[in-house]
Amino acid sequence: MNILIDLFLTFARIGVCTFGGGYAMLPILQRELVEDKKWATEEELADYYAVGQCTPGIIAVNTSTFVGRSQGGIAGGIIATLGLVFPSLVIIMVIAAFLQNFMHLEVVVHAFNGVRAGVVALILSSVIKLFKNAVIDWPTRVIYAVVLVMAACGAFLPLPEGALGTALRFVSSPVFLVIAAGAAGLCVRWAKGGLRS
Amino acid sequence: MTLIQLFLEFCRVGLFSVGGGLATIPFLTDLGERTGWFGPGDLANMIAISESTPGPMGVNMATYVGFHTAGVLGGIVATLGLVSSSIVIILVIAGFLEKFRQSKAVDAVFYGLRAASVALITAALLQVAKIALMFHETPGGETALLYWPAIILAAVIFVCVKFTPLKKLHPIVFIAASAVVGAVLGL
Repeated sequence: MNILIDLFLTFARIGVCTFGGGYAMLPILQRELVEDKKWATEEELADYYAVGQCTPGIIAVNTSTFVGRSQGGIAGGIIATLGLVFPSLVIIMVIAAFLQNFMHLEVVVHAFNGVRAGVVALILSSVIKLFKNAVIDWPTRVIYAVVLVMAACGAFLPLPEGALGTALRFVSSPVFLVIAAGAAGLCVRWAKGGLRS
Repeated sequence: MTLIQLFLEFCRVGLFSVGGGLATIPFLTDLGERTGWFGPGDLANMIAISESTPGPMGVNMATYVGFHTAGVLGGIVATLGLVSSSIVIILVIAGFLEKFRQSKAVDAVFYGLRAASVALITAALLQVAKIALMFHETPGGETALLYWPAIILAAVIFVCVKFTPLKKLHPIVFIAASAVVGAVLGL
């Protein structure tokens, strides 16, 4: 099959299977891209998420552009992203036009409480796979622990107002944490003499 | 005119929201206030529908706001606006990375960055878990700290995906099963 058609159809399928944000897409991406199509490895997927989290745009779109680009060049990047958004366009417009009371149906509310619980289990299983591939020695264990604590503090603790709060919000933001971790990786490899060719 | 404005406004949302679909909410609130296209009540509805329909949340929100404002064309134009800035930026970064893939320095940066990426996904997982498994409002109006039925459902699915031959199934099967359990048990 033509790679562009394959990219469009695969990402359309990923779009249909995703419920929630870009993180909920992770289990589907691992199945479709890493296990079935072999378009990316677990490491590459973690790399795409790292870049996707600290660059403008939503993660789901950034990741699909990345994978599409690697398989089918610039056209591939564009086609994969259009494939990802295509199901949303159709489904949301149908719901917005015809099912005004969709969200008020009791059965829908209960079904989605169930879906949320299921998605937690699926993301946890995905995180374990990624962890094994990315957190491989002491420096990466330290980076993982520090970033997790900082990000969790930023997300769960009420931060104070004013200059201190702004500073804390900055150091717990994904952009800062990802850049700092990249710099840390560079320093560790340099200290071990791994940068000399 | 509205279509061009929709495209440009969503380009802006795409350009300034860093992270998942939730990151777009402050920008959408601001957009609604400035243009009068939708109010806070509409936005709450849009978030609920975007969360509970297939497709990434950020994309769903753009389609919904665009459709709400200017019909079918509006939905398409807003969504294309949202993704266009990402596509350009990521294509540039991907080209750059491909060029320097052999570099030991770039490899070292990704060695650190990958661990941070997994940590950020873990933090996001904790946030999703808090919403899905904790602080559930009972019909009596009280709030339960731990919502046991949802916790048990999540635990059962995790064991199936991780330790049984069922792990060969596509993840959508487990999502569908959770929806059925949720609807039948009235979670």
